[in-house]
Amino acid sequence: MSARPLPEDARTVVVGAGIMGLSIAYNLARFGAERVLVLDGGYLCGGASGRNGGGVRAQWSSETNIRLMRRSIALCDEFATKMRINVWFRRSGYLFLARSDERARQLEASCALQNEHGLSTRILDPTGIKKLVPQLDVSRVVAASHNPDDGVVFPWPFVWGYAREAQRLGVELHTHTRVLDLETEGERITGVVTDRGRVRAERVICAAGAWSPELTRKVGVELPSRPHRHEICSTEPLKPFLEPFVGDLGTGLYFSQSMRGEIVGGISNEHVPEGLDQASSLRFLALYARSLTRAMPILGGVRVLRQWSGCYDLTPDGNPLVGPVDEVPNLYLASGFMGHGFMMAPIMGELYARHLLFGEEPELFERWNLRRYAQGNLLSETMILG
Amino acid sequence: MSNKVLICRCEDVLLDELEEAIAKGHDDLESVKRYTGFGTGWCQGKQCTALVARLLVSRGGVAPALPITPRPPFHPIPLADLAGLCPDDAEEPA
Ligand SMILES: Cc1cc2nc3c(=O)[nH]c(=O)nc-3n(C[C@H](O)[C@H](O)[C@H](O)COP(=O)(O)OP(=O)(O)OC[C@H]3O[C@@H](n4cnc5c(N)ncnc54)[C@H](O)[C@@H]3O)c2cc1C
Repeated sequence: MSARPLPEDARTVVVGAGIMGLSIAYNLARFGAERVLVLDGGYLCGGASGRNGGGVRAQWSSETNIRLMRRSIALCDEFATKMRINVWFRRSGYLFLARSDERARQLEASCALQNEHGLSTRILDPTGIKKLVPQLDVSRVVAASHNPDDGVVFPWPFVWGYAREAQRLGVELHTHTRVLDLETEGERITGVVTDRGRVRAERVICAAGAWSPELTRKVGVELPSRPHRHEICSTEPLKPFLEPFVGDLGTGLYFSQSMRGEIVGGISNEHVPEGLDQASSLRFLALYARSLTRAMPILGGVRVLRQWSGCYDLTPDGNPLVGPVDEVPNLYLASGFMGHGFMMAPIMGELYARHLLFGEEPELFERWNLRRYAQGNLLSETMILG
Repeated sequence: MSNKVLICRCEDVLLDELEEAIAKGHDDLESVKRYTGFGTGWCQGKQCTALVARLLVSRGGVAPALPITPRPPFHPIPLADLAGLCPDDAEEPA
């Protein structure tokens, strides 16, 4: 894939061929943009986009996230037919468990907001939860919220689908091509320097996931986000029995049954090495296994087959960084997507392209701009997992 | 005669499928793994990684410097056994 020579120049260079960079590039091309170049230092699916749980939900606590994720789910629905690739999308719902009254009240408030925005989310009592997932131990559970329209996808084909369709529309994609430096003249970027040569660039979109702070630092821009290792694992395959994706915002425990039958899941773990680290730990397996077997004791005899990890790109206020950087006006950010960038990518790619090409969604791009940190306009989101 | 040659027995990946992946440009070891799923099943690639690497080289792909990243645990382990290893100080926040 990397043998073709790089072009000499590009209108738009997207750094990072994860789901975000590819979705933006595909949508730019779809709306007629030309000379779009996507570069990635590794192989497709090598970053967080190839390492995640594939959870796609509209159950959020902020209006913006609810509104956007609702549209992302609709895009997932038509992805297979439009992009001609099976992404194993399964709309089997998300169930959030609350083990304290305070957490239950939070879920109730979010549920009310979600209902206002047309979601079918309902609050369930322990009896209702048992009806949905009989294998759950609800003795410590106070309540849960359930949206039957949330779902899961298999992440890999999603990435290939975007990559293939973007290229069909004229986007140039080069993997195994790392951006080492950004060249500037005055306050503007003029080109990117890679390990395979230079490319002149009229604008650069940083979609480098957890590597984004490292990239923007090359032009003196310090991002407030930081990489955080998040681990995940999967078990031997079982006969399908578990409908919804189950989450617990207290521990950050989440698990779902994949279309291959495996139980795939993870849990919050603050005690991980700082920085860009993609190693696996026994401590994670032990934490996860304890919380999972408490939530669903019947899984005790099921064996873990494999564990791996990836990096979240964490922002202090739990909201992403999008749009131009004031200090370097032709550098655009598409980063800081925490542990939910995969589900955001279908709609973000479309809005990003519409914003760049037609100036649409000015309010969203202002709200999520990096400058909110300088201005002190921080946002919030209480339904963060992991 | 059937030309179904199994390379990865755990995930049922056929020679044909590996060749198709390489032809589509998934021509390094980690990409072939992701495109075909070889090496992600019960044995975690212990039986098939070397075979795929050889195939890749013979079909003009990128000669791998390393095997696919080995994923723990070395053998499948029951969740109940792992739960027993959880440190006492790890509280479960509600
Ligand atoms: C274990 C785990 C579970 C998750 N679960 C979910 C989930 O259930 N649902 C969900 O929506 N999200 C989930 N996420 C988060 C989600 O995976 C990410 O938010 C999303 O994939 C980010 O996509 P991205 O394209 O921005 O970044 P990435 O996929 O990380 O892509 C960034 C790319 O940039 C490349 N790059 C970096 N620096 C350079 C450079 N200098 N030059 C060239 N290329 C460069 C990297 O090689 C990489 O391929 C999870 C994440 C992890 C780790």
